[in-house]
This record gives sequence, C-alpha cells and structure tokens, in this order.
Amino acid sequence: MNFGENIGTGFSNLRANKLRSALTILAIIIGVMAIMGLWSILQGLQNNVEQQLAILGSNTFQVQKTPALQMGRLDRKYRNRKNVTVEHALAIRDKASAVKLVGPEDWQFGVTVKYEDKKTNPNVQLAGGTPEFAENNGYFVAEGRFITNNDVDRARRVIILGKDVVKKVFPYGNPLGKWVRVDADRYEVVGLLEEQGAIFGESQDNQVVIPLTTFQNVYGKNRSINITVQAWSADDMERAIEQTVAILRVERKVPPGEPNDFEIWSSKTFIDTFNNIARIIKMAAIGIVSIALIVAGIGIMNIMLVSIRERTREIGIRKAVGAKRRDILSQFLTEAVILCAAGGIIGIALGIGVAELLAATTPLRAAIPIVPAFLALLFSSAVGLFFGIYPATKAARLDPIESLRYE
Amino acid sequence: MLIDIENIEKLYELGATHVHAIRGISLSIENNEYLSIMGPSGSGKSTLMNILGCLDTPTKGTYLFRGEAIQDMNDDQLAAIRNREIGFVFQTFNLLPRANALHNVELPLVYDGTPARERKQRAVEALEAVGLADRAHHRPSEMSGGERQRVAIARALVNNPSLILADEPTGNLDSKTGEEIMKIFEKIHGQGNTIILVTHEKYIAAYSQRAIHLLDGKIEREERIEDSQKT
Repeated sequence: MNFGENIGTGFSNLRANKLRSALTILAIIIGVMAIMGLWSILQGLQNNVEQQLAILGSNTFQVQKTPALQMGRLDRKYRNRKNVTVEHALAIRDKASAVKLVGPEDWQFGVTVKYEDKKTNPNVQLAGGTPEFAENNGYFVAEGRFITNNDVDRARRVIILGKDVVKKVFPYGNPLGKWVRVDADRYEVVGLLEEQGAIFGESQDNQVVIPLTTFQNVYGKNRSINITVQAWSADDMERAIEQTVAILRVERKVPPGEPNDFEIWSSKTFIDTFNNIARIIKMAAIGIVSIALIVAGIGIMNIMLVSIRERTREIGIRKAVGAKRRDILSQFLTEAVILCAAGGIIGIALGIGVAELLAATTPLRAAIPIVPAFLALLFSSAVGLFFGIYPATKAARLDPIESLRYE
Repeated sequence: MLIDIENIEKLYELGATHVHAIRGISLSIENNEYLSIMGPSGSGKSTLMNILGCLDTPTKGTYLFRGEAIQDMNDDQLAAIRNREIGFVFQTFNLLPRANALHNVELPLVYDGTPARERKQRAVEALEAVGLADRAHHRPSEMSGGERQRVAIARALVNNPSLILADEPTGNLDSKTGEEIMKIFEKIHGQGNTIILVTHEKYIAAYSQRAIHLLDGKIEREERIEDSQKT
C-alpha cells in the first residue's frame, strides 16, 4: 500500500477536474456549512443565555402555578390547579429558615402608560410588587424611591417607571411627582429605575411597578401570583427550595405521594429548558444533514464510477506494472476520502464564516464549535470511504488486459 | 531456462461462441535471448503475449517462469510476478498522462515498496540509460512519440526485470524514430536482458535472434535470424 502515491494521485486528479470535483462535493459543502453555521449560532446563543441569566442571580427562584416555559396551550392539568396567593408567600416568609427575601408579585402585560399627550405603545409590562421586588429582580432605583411597606399596606396609587417608559412619556422634565395613567387608572410617579439592558434582545426597561395591593385592587384578587424567593446564598438554594416546597405542600394540602401542584423555577431550570430546546434543534439538524450527506455520498459514488471508467486505461497500466487489487482499491478509496474531506473542510470554514458574519451584523453571537467541526470532518470522510467502496472495488477487479485495450 | 511453456491452450467463452485463441503451443526461452513473435492479426499473437507477460493465464498446459508455475496463480500473485520480473513496452506507450516522465518511470517501484528516495534515484538512472535525463519533469503530452517510447522503455527497465516484453514498440512511430528505438533494444539486449518482441514487420523482427511465426493459434514455423540478415 502506498500512501504517498495515493494522496499524490488523489490531489492531482482533484486538480485536473476542478469543476467536476467542486460540483461533486457541493452537497457536502452545503450540508456541513449549514450544520456548522447553525451549531455555531446555537452555541453562541447558549453561552449568551447562561451569561444573561446569571444576572438574575444564582440564589433566587420563583414559585408559579404553571410552568414558566410552556409550548402550545396550557394543559388542563395546570389550569385547574389552585392559585398561588399572597398567603403562601407569607407562609414561606415566616417558616423557611434558608430564605432571605420573599416577594409576591403579579404581572400584567401590554399596558399603556400615558402623561398628557404622550403615551407608550400598549406593550409595557406592569408589575405589582412589594419592597422585596427590587432586590429579588435585581432592580435599582436611579431617582426617587422604590415601593415601601407603607405603600403596600395602604394600597397607594404610586408607580416606579422603567427607563424606556421615561424616555417615551417624559422626554423633557422630571417625572417625579407627576401623575401618569396606566390604561384607565392614575398613579403618582415616586421613583425611576436604572437602565437594565436587554435579555434575549428584549428590553427589560419597558416596565413599571406599582404596589401589589394596588395591583390587586385594579386587576382583581382572584389571580395566581408569582413568588420570587431569595435564599441567603447560592449554597442555601437547595435547602431554600426544599423548605419552600414542603411549606407549600402543607399550605396547599397536597397529599403525600402526589406530585407538587405548583412549579418552581430558577435561572438554572430556565437554562436547562433552553439547553433542551437547543439540543432538540441540534439533533434535528444532525438528522437532516445526515440525509443530505447520504445524498451527497450517492453523488460521489456516481462520479467515482464515471472517473473509473475514464481512467480504465490508467488502471490497466498500473496493474500491468504490478499494482495489486488492494493498491487500486486503496488508491480510489483515498481519492474519494480526499474529495469528501475537502468538502468537509470547505463546509466547516464557510459555516463558521457565515456564523461570524451573522454575529457581526445581528445581535446573535457565534461560538466556534471545535468538537462538532471534528465530527463533521470525520463524518464527511466516512461518507467518502463508505460510498467509495463500491466504485473502488469495481476498479480493483478490472481485468488488466481489457483495461489496457480500453479506448 | 527463463521460460518453459508446455502445450498451452487458451479458450475464450464469449457468450455462446467459443474462441480457441491458442491451440497448443510449446516454447522455451533462454536467458538473454532476443525473440520475436510474428503473425497476422487473429493468429493468437496478442494472447500469447498476454500469457507470456503474466497478464493472463492459459486454460490448459503449464507455464514455468524461472521455475515458478504461473498457470495456477491468482491476480495478485501475477501482479507480483509482473512487478518483479517483467517490463512492458506497448505500441501506444501507455504512460500516465498526468504524471511526468520521472513519475511514470517510478511507477513499478511504487508497487514493490521501494522507499521514495531510492525510487527517484533509480528512475533517474533509467531515464539516463535511454538518454532522457533532461526530460524527467515533462509530461507525456509535452514529448514526441519517440521520447514517450523511451520513457516507457525506462519504465520497463527500472525494476531490472528478467524479461522485457515489447508489443509492436515501433507501430506508432515513423521509421527513423522506430530505428532509434530498436537500437535501444539492441543495447539493452547487449547488457544481458531477455527481450520478446511482438511485431508483424519483418524488418523489425530482423533485429531479434529467433522469430516464431504464429498462425491460427499454433506455431507455424520458427526461424533463426543470422547476423547477415540484419539491416
């Protein structure tokens, strides 16, 4: 077996038929490019998610009636659950030793904030909260003050504005002390939030906060609330969750052995969920690309058969001067593998290039996926090897006399 | 004795028709002989050459090459014999079009596992022997017919084979170039090589020492060529 000779002939044949070689491996290039690009963007997104969610804090978690991420319609199982209430929050605050802060909160999405003739789009997020809300959610007050216990006790009509809302409704002048309308109701502005930035490209500043009691007076008490719970430290998280679950099961009278009738999620569960989705997308992409590569392999086999027919005489010459079957076999296998590996390498380079280009021009980020790149190279070479076997065997079995006579 | 053929036959089955290409030939060839095989087309000349060159095996009879029984060998064993013992020169040169002269000459050494450095050195020597050292890096398409045939001869010589088998080596060349090629064969023969020449040209056969005339798959007659007959 002569590796140097095989590689040399392989490349010289590739060069001699540039266009044909390029067209043959186009399917491999496109397939590998697609998966590398997708992978790179997904990986970038995953890194991004983990970074951004880390901001939420590794020591807070949420209690909700329904799962945070729910695809499709809400299941009846979830809808029929008891609501999560302020009483539950109070029970956790009183009884859980690993817990530092408990913040009951409720959200209304898509409200309009209005001052005189200026108003926002109807896409502002309105939160009803308690003083704990700010720390639990990592909000800081830039000017004025946050909600106080007094506001909550008296259900005062006060409001804290996020940065986007301020920009929109108070382009000039100080909003503090002004009365704004949220949909039909009036509130006095007592505080302004610091800019939060965006998570997944969605602004966290298009928000306003009012006392939870005020919220319930306006939007009704018969709603399930969220409870944001902060453990003393990240090390206490597990214990805090255990205690919370135990307390809630008692409060909500869940019989022993039954599953929880409420959901707990932390940034970790969110990351896990996201990673799961990413994994599903990746698997689907691998499936599709595998099919593409198999189709590409059939193309390679076809071209190899043509090439062997064209080079029958060459095979005859080689056999006449002493090439054995395995010499011819390995020569053509090497050629198929070189062809496919070249396609794989070009595809990897293009895929990463496309991902980097997307990363440079959009908010998406890219990560260079090293292991998948190796696998892509390996897999495309394997395609060459597998689909090269039949043509190469055919070449190896050619009769030297017939081959030498071939025109 | 280099070659000892005992009563060989070759039968081709092409669908329903049977072609009896060789119908019983016995032949012995000594070391350093210069033999020509002559005969009209269809006489079994090519078939005999293929068998002598170990490209094919006889259907019946025995073929001993330096005492080794060729008739029972499989493809790979035949390939090994060809690689080690036989150098071919063809009418149509049969060089690899994309390889330069040097690489073409190296080819037999590639398949016997000679290390690259030694391969190159021996190929250069073989090209020098046919007077083509300066054309080593030219491709066949950049060379004249005579030069191509000299490259082919260098390739046939590079392995120091026991037998050089030339099939109409001057058939595609003008007479002057053909004469040059025959001079090279004469020189090679003078250095102790055994040569079998397949031709239908009398004046080409005249270069050899002994001519065998085939007709209908049999040896019709055999003649010794005296030096006086040579041109």
